[in-house]
Amino acid sequence: MALPLKYNFRNVLVRWRATLATILGIALVVAVYVLVQALAVGLEKSAGNTGDPRNVMIVRKGATAESSSQVSLAQFQTIRYWPQVAHDENGAPLISADVITLISQPRIDGRGEANVSVRGLTPLGRQLRPQVKLVAGRWFTPGQREVAVSEKMARRFTGFHVGDTFHTAGNDLTVVGEFDGGNSAFDSEVWMDADEARSLFDRENYSSLLVRVTGPTAAQELLARVESDKRLPLRAEAEVKYYGDQTATALPIRILGNFLATAMSVGAVFAAMNTMYASVGARTREIGTLRVLGFRRRSVLAGFILEGALLAAIGGVLGCLLSLPLDGYSTGTMSFNSFSETVFEFRITPWLATKGMIFSIVVGVIGSLLPALRASRLPVIAALKSV
Amino acid sequence: MVAETIVKIRELTKIYAQGEIQVTALDHITLDIAAGEFLALMGPSGSGKSTLLHIIAGVDRPTSGECLVQGVDVTKLNETQLADWRNQNVGFIFQTFNLIPVLTAAENVELPLLLTQLDRRQRRQQVEMALEVVGLGDRAKHLPRQLSGGQEQRVAIARALVTDPKLIVADEPTGNLDSHSAQEVLTALQSLRRDAGKTIIMVTHDPKAAAFGTRQIHLEKGELSA
Repeated sequence: MALPLKYNFRNVLVRWRATLATILGIALVVAVYVLVQALAVGLEKSAGNTGDPRNVMIVRKGATAESSSQVSLAQFQTIRYWPQVAHDENGAPLISADVITLISQPRIDGRGEANVSVRGLTPLGRQLRPQVKLVAGRWFTPGQREVAVSEKMARRFTGFHVGDTFHTAGNDLTVVGEFDGGNSAFDSEVWMDADEARSLFDRENYSSLLVRVTGPTAAQELLARVESDKRLPLRAEAEVKYYGDQTATALPIRILGNFLATAMSVGAVFAAMNTMYASVGARTREIGTLRVLGFRRRSVLAGFILEGALLAAIGGVLGCLLSLPLDGYSTGTMSFNSFSETVFEFRITPWLATKGMIFSIVVGVIGSLLPALRASRLPVIAALKSV
Repeated sequence: MVAETIVKIRELTKIYAQGEIQVTALDHITLDIAAGEFLALMGPSGSGKSTLLHIIAGVDRPTSGECLVQGVDVTKLNETQLADWRNQNVGFIFQTFNLIPVLTAAENVELPLLLTQLDRRQRRQQVEMALEVVGLGDRAKHLPRQLSGGQEQRVAIARALVTDPKLIVADEPTGNLDSHSAQEVLTALQSLRRDAGKTIIMVTHDPKAAAFGTRQIHLEKGELSA
């Protein structure tokens, strides 16, 4: 029979002065762990939120990102008349040829400049990305040196608010609108007319094609046709999969998070161990009494491990609470795929908080293992005689 | 009618090793204790009386000899068996009360019952009854620090008798009490023997406390004296 839970719980509370530092230490470790993982989750969610299951993305074979891809005008003209391509109510093929280029723009906080992705879209491009909504001003007009900027990018870079003008590639571009990308990768972009972008940035070719297919079978047929057509050195894949594969940027963040958490958890384990050793030392006679009353060694062992886990769990809850205010906070990093600023939000999901709690409990269990073993192995007589 | 022998000790020896030196705490002790006795075990410090009490109660092990309690040779039981045996057969009272500070009086008394098959309602009834016996029914929800020394020791007595063991061992139960509280505790022990038929073995330095017993024995350098 185990020791009553209230015994362990009250002991943690009664010794709150001694346990507070440990609880705070564990809370800090858990908060760091949760926040760094929340960055990775946010980044992955941003990529995961992008794309429409009805769309197929076509890029140059071997290109790892749109920015390093080229699709010629002739290839665009060939593909747009394929039967797999869906048509709008006016009979126009639902296909957008996009131009992706990078510009360097000063950050609003004065921390230098960073690359920003500019996407040039043909007129149907917006229709193929319905999740992107205009929130201020208007959309750019084809043939004009106008852009619409993601509102999240407008908050991070100078000259990106409606009415602003910024200089790039020897020309001035006017911001005429701000859009919300719906927490997708488009939140990290500036949009303009594709042909204006080709002219402005001196591009002969497009970067990618986005095609709305007539159905799932058509999607498979299109993928197979692009793959088998020797005239087309292109690669096609579902838009959702294409962006899903772009989550590699999150990997270094995950590794950093795990490294930081592991390094810090060593300190937290020692803090927990110290607290639990002190607790065992202060309660030696109590342990002797419990043993005399009939509680077995393993009950004492389990009781002290439970107490360490409880202590750490309080730290874990506190750590999760400390990290919560940053949930939804927008931040950015350089994407290793596009080499441009990628905007995303800290995402503290229930599963992430659960992982934080599991992490804290593991720290508590490891930290209390040796003190608990010591408690359970105390000779009864010596324990009873302890002052 | 001849009272049943509840404790039967034969040639019990306990030798401690203190570094290089061997200390004989008990030297071939032979002793019978009858059921319903209130035995006062007396002797100077280091005479071996607490060691004898601990062996009878299954807390310590002898170097040689036999110690049968209610027919069970406790020297032959392993660690786990001893823990269970203590819980079912012996009530303990300590000089320093040894209550768990974070548990209330009732929760302290309930501790030994957590190792039994009783359900929560049955345990509560037993606890209430035990606290009533020692006159602390109204202090059930008090923490040990909210009680006087005498009250704490009475809670400890309630904890010792809550599992209804035949044998209660008390190690200097009045050592930390004023004379009034000591009187209360000894009277309570006396009535446990008289009214409930418990066998009580009490270690004490105090001849006045020993006088509450039905028999007094003395230990001197690990041997029984007159």
